[in-house]
Amino acid sequence: MEKQLKIDFEKIIKNSKFSKKDIEHKENNLNKFIESGFPNRKLENWKFSDISQIIKKNIGDLSFYNDYSSSNKVDSSVFVDGLDHNKIVFINGRIEKIDFKYEEKDNIEILDDFELKDNLSNVNSLTNLNNAFKNKHCKIIINENYSLKKPLIIYHTTNNQIKSKNINLRLDFLLKKNSSISLIDIFNDTSKKNFINIFCNFELHQDSILKNYKIDKLENNNIKYCYNNIEQDTNSISETFILSSGSKFIKNEINCNLNGKYSSAFINGIFSLKDQNHHEIRSNINHLIDNTKSYQLIKSVLENESKSVYQGKIFVNSKAQKTDGYQLSKAILLSDTSEFNAKPELEIYADDVKCSHGSASGSLNEDSIFYLMSRGLNYKEAKELLINGFLLDVVEKITHNEIKNLIKNMIGLKE
Amino acid sequence: MREKQIEKLKDYKYGFSTDIENFKAPKGLNEDVIKFISNIKKEPKWLLEWRLKAFERLKVLKEPNWQKPKYPKIDYQDLYYYSAPKNFKEKPKSLNELDPKLLETYKKLGIPLQEQKRLNGIAVDAVFDSVSVATTFKEKLTEKGVIFCSISEAIQNHPDLVKKYLGTVIPLTDHFFATLNSAVFTDGSFVYIPPKVRCPMELSTYFRINASDTGQFERTLIIADKGSYVSYLEGCTAPMRDENQLHAANVELVALEDAEIKYSTVQNWYPGDKDGKGGIYNFVTKRGLCKENNSKISWTQVETGSAITWKYPSCILKGDNSVGEFYSIAITNNHQKADTGTKMIHLGKNTKSKIISKGISAGFSDMTYRGLVDVFPKAINSRNYTQCDSLLMGNKCGAHTVPYIKNKNSKSNIAHEATTSKISEEQMHYCQQRGLNSEEAVGLIVNGFCKEVLQQLPMEFAVEAQKLVGISLEGSVG
Repeated sequence: MEKQLKIDFEKIIKNSKFSKKDIEHKENNLNKFIESGFPNRKLENWKFSDISQIIKKNIGDLSFYNDYSSSNKVDSSVFVDGLDHNKIVFINGRIEKIDFKYEEKDNIEILDDFELKDNLSNVNSLTNLNNAFKNKHCKIIINENYSLKKPLIIYHTTNNQIKSKNINLRLDFLLKKNSSISLIDIFNDTSKKNFINIFCNFELHQDSILKNYKIDKLENNNIKYCYNNIEQDTNSISETFILSSGSKFIKNEINCNLNGKYSSAFINGIFSLKDQNHHEIRSNINHLIDNTKSYQLIKSVLENESKSVYQGKIFVNSKAQKTDGYQLSKAILLSDTSEFNAKPELEIYADDVKCSHGSASGSLNEDSIFYLMSRGLNYKEAKELLINGFLLDVVEKITHNEIKNLIKNMIGLKE
Repeated sequence: MREKQIEKLKDYKYGFSTDIENFKAPKGLNEDVIKFISNIKKEPKWLLEWRLKAFERLKVLKEPNWQKPKYPKIDYQDLYYYSAPKNFKEKPKSLNELDPKLLETYKKLGIPLQEQKRLNGIAVDAVFDSVSVATTFKEKLTEKGVIFCSISEAIQNHPDLVKKYLGTVIPLTDHFFATLNSAVFTDGSFVYIPPKVRCPMELSTYFRINASDTGQFERTLIIADKGSYVSYLEGCTAPMRDENQLHAANVELVALEDAEIKYSTVQNWYPGDKDGKGGIYNFVTKRGLCKENNSKISWTQVETGSAITWKYPSCILKGDNSVGEFYSIAITNNHQKADTGTKMIHLGKNTKSKIISKGISAGFSDMTYRGLVDVFPKAINSRNYTQCDSLLMGNKCGAHTVPYIKNKNSKSNIAHEATTSKISEEQMHYCQQRGLNSEEAVGLIVNGFCKEVLQQLPMEFAVEAQKLVGISLEGSVG
């Protein structure tokens, strides 16, 4: 792999115009990645999902060079109907379209060449990979007191032109004081056997609101890793919803630093898996100052030989008195071969806090099925109704009504 | 007057050391020392080979470093691996032959060794540094066919049993400290309960580290044969010393069909002084195997001592319908650190496990609950319930929960919950309004918090544990 990495890296440097400083930064990261390789189960955070093995088994040899010089045709059939929205379209890792047609132009800035304050360089070896091989990366700035009128949808599309490739993306968002954005990430993959590595950084200034909905619904056999870093200032709110369903493997990681008083973070997630899919959500919420709040709710429905993993950590440092932290994960296993693993972790150094977590897993409640069947439903209907209700609970937490309905339709949930 | 009393209680009550002449193995860890230990204990050849095999393995093993409390590197060559009171080459036949100083020590500790003083009818095996000094109530137990003796005696008198079960629950190659123990273990207790016998009394072992620079490596093996029942208690103390001492014990429990073992520990090793100097490193491996159907193993522990506690009493639920339980109170104060919890491995059908863990941290201490519940695909209809609550006193201490939950079949249920809280102003106010001072109020509230676990202890121990809970937290409020 090392040889391949070096060859591909040379190609990228040759074909793109990076500044000398950038090249140096990239080289540093490449060397770090070569040294540590893909994360494996020896690392605590990767204990349940050995990505090094997963890539080896499902993809084999990866290549890291992508030709970004020619543009791809934007296929408008993947766009979401019935919801007016702004768009950013990525095709095979290249930005093809940025369209903020519903917004006031002077309140949104898009930078694609800026000094990167790199606070994400030491997360894990995948950051190094990302830093070394990412192409351009943009930063979207939303001005003070401006709320986006329509949601922004980011389409992550890949098509059959790529195979066994590694794609690295990086996006930064800065929400200035009292601004807000609703952001939907939609994955549309028709490609096979690629490893997609996405890093996002969100900076939330005072009173700003971020709503981020990540939807991985379409069935595909790509391997994905998404890392979101969220820095929150006073009174800011972040809401993250993850629908984890289509990919062969996806690990969503959310690191949230509650730096300002009265800031709050909400993470809701659904795993709806079948076949041999293996998905993971790992959250890390750091309560760094007093009077902050976090809430997490993760539910899984697992069929066939699928496997879901939830690793959630609440960290409360000694200054963070009056913290309110809550975490709940539930799983329904529908098959004898499915598996649910959880590691809900608390690390607390302050005494005046309210922190709790719960985790439960098991089969569908036979009594409930009996109750429904005695009222005329057949077994299949009863089962569907129960699962519907189980998942609806999470979807109802979505605070943006239009998006809530969109997601309900996507999963096929009924009220 | 009251203050004086508190002052006295604050100090570690068992901190005295006994001035007794010791017979030690040469310092250091090498093949010769292992041979020396084996030789002095007149062990059969297979056991020496077993020890040497463990030592070979030890050479390639590394000390684990995933645990939360970090400790300075231990120099294993700078320890004595065998220490015994002099004149102890031959074990005394009766208590009359015992060194009076030893009897005195145990009297100070409140352990009734003299059989005539059978106050509470508990059979005691006392382990002083590396050797077992006395076992009481022998005849009564022999009558029932119960074997309760030191493991060295068992190796001499019941080699078949020892050979059959030793290392079956904790294999030689398990992890660094378990393997170290396998190589150099010196003494410990051995219990065998024959089929269909309900052990007539509580069995108890009392461990004491006396000599300095000594590591205590005891090995306990308890076998409950078909349909039997035993309740076993363990208590530990050590004198106050400035240096850290290592205690790395292995405890193996085997429950056969329909058998039940109840294992209770009140661990009160010297925790170090207020600034965290000295104290025992308590790195213990405890594991029970529910080998056959309908067996049950229940662990209860009250952990108040030691500078660093690091233990995970575990149950391997191999037999169908077997039950594992774990009740724990861990209290840390000053600079103590504890990383404790359990593992419940569900292998058999219809297996059940229950975990209740209460952690209390005060001062500058750190408390971690670390547990694993692993339900295997074949363990259908298994159930687990876990509850771990932490109580924090002050914002200099930490309380952490790290549970690992693995469910690999659809017919099992696992439920886990955890909370972290502090003693509320309202609770304190309520108690103080009714005439309790703040120390008493805290004691009362903490005892209420721990009640679920304290109830699981045998009566005599429960009283002692309750007192211990109060003493451990003295000086942590106000």
